[in-house]
Amino acid sequence: MCGIVGLFIKDKALEPQLGALTAVMLSTMCDRGPDSAGFAVYGAPHAGKSKITVQSADPDKDFPGLAAALTNAIGADVALAQKSTHAVLTVPAAKADAARAAIRSGHPSVRIMGSGDTIEIYKEVGYPTDVSKQFDLAHMTGTHAIGHTRMATESAVTTLGAHPFSTGPDQCLVHNGSLSNHHNLKRELSHDGITFETDNDSEVAAAYLTWRMNQGLNLGEALKKSLDDLDGFFTFVVGTKNGFGVIRDPIACKPAVMAETDQYVAFGSEYRALVNLPGIDRAKVWEPEPATVYFWER
Amino acid sequence: MRTIDLSKATLRDLNQDLHRQAEGTNEVEWEVVNPRGHHAVAVGVDAPININIKGSVGYYCAGMNKKANITVHGSAGPGVAENMMSGCVTIKGDASQYAGATGRGGLLVIEGNASSRCGISMKGIDIVVRGNIGHMSAFMAQSGHLVVLGDAGDALGDSIYEAKLFVRGNVKSLGADCIEKEMRPEHHEALAALLAKAGISGVKTSEFKRYGSARKLYTFNIDNADAY
Repeated sequence: MCGIVGLFIKDKALEPQLGALTAVMLSTMCDRGPDSAGFAVYGAPHAGKSKITVQSADPDKDFPGLAAALTNAIGADVALAQKSTHAVLTVPAAKADAARAAIRSGHPSVRIMGSGDTIEIYKEVGYPTDVSKQFDLAHMTGTHAIGHTRMATESAVTTLGAHPFSTGPDQCLVHNGSLSNHHNLKRELSHDGITFETDNDSEVAAAYLTWRMNQGLNLGEALKKSLDDLDGFFTFVVGTKNGFGVIRDPIACKPAVMAETDQYVAFGSEYRALVNLPGIDRAKVWEPEPATVYFWER
Repeated sequence: MRTIDLSKATLRDLNQDLHRQAEGTNEVEWEVVNPRGHHAVAVGVDAPININIKGSVGYYCAGMNKKANITVHGSAGPGVAENMMSGCVTIKGDASQYAGATGRGGLLVIEGNASSRCGISMKGIDIVVRGNIGHMSAFMAQSGHLVVLGDAGDALGDSIYEAKLFVRGNVKSLGADCIEKEMRPEHHEALAALLAKAGISGVKTSEFKRYGSARKLYTFNIDNADAY
């Protein structure tokens, strides 16, 4: 069992409240996933810059010299903003690949959680409300956010095993369920040069969607393809720079509720996750159909 | 009338209060406000009382209900009226998966749609859905009636025993051993009575098709003895 929340804002006036609303949604899903939590927040882009979210088990040792070391390694300015065990590095977009390579080769104890123009990813082991406070989710702003509370069934309770998983620029996925063909799929994706950080089944699903989108499919098309290629139980909520998608497997035993108003589209594993959203009493509320792709793009 | 506000009272307070009621109680009218998707609202009631829940509820609302009339003025999460024994549960909105699962008696009315596995393993409950039902509904349904005014999803009545299914709209597909059956006069009569009980008028029983068990799956066939 896991809990998922997602909020895709349509009305700009609500963007300053993205973090606050998501934090409340996440807090309602603690009992669905008390062992770890995480969230991806799509904030404001900075022209010509990319963001890389990194994590360290020993941030006091790893983070102080990191920006200077990377600046030196890639020959361009790198800024670092630390939040507890995570830090967001801002680098010139053209140097983002070089920065990621420099982190991997020169700083093995620093893990890359995700990168892109707008995405920031934070995840840790712990009770979801504590994780949310640890990174001050309530004060984050942006256009859309996806959160997850994890009750691990399939692989270890670790920071890297927490969701969301990000396997491509500005992409992330959260999963409630368990896959049964992820080992095979992982082998196939590995042949195509996709690398994996964990043994987690959900990471394979994220990588699969990235692989499909790299082939030129949009998010909706990639999700539709996943119905043919993924075997198991899943409710996925996925984010891209401009998009927000939901899909459930054909059996659809993992719960899902959605709400839409003029101001937002929201997802919750249960209706409880949605009750504090503005205007929920007048929202269109529905249960997403099995094997049906839902996605929104701005 | 007793009003319980779930933004102030705990769920346990509510359910314990309801469990204190028995046959002959004077507190017949109950209202629950601010349910806000709570799980297990009004579960295990065993008294002829009326409970109006003003909003949407989460998992397992009205489970194991005996004798009470429970109305949800909103939508219900998974497992509404699970294992109901008697009484009546009405959902004004939609119901999530496995509504009325394993129900042994009473009437469950869903005025919106019900999602997958509606009436799974039903054992005597009557379920009337004004809208559509999802896939795998009435799976292993043993007895009782499932009436659907809209459409049914895939694999309706898979591995069904002796429950009777009436569907007015399209059935996407039938499950193993579930077949369409003739509507005889007694079926029209039973269906008309159920529609009336659910407060539905203006719908003719001739608009429905009946589905039930082909009785090839759950009955032992002597010709198959060699297979064992």
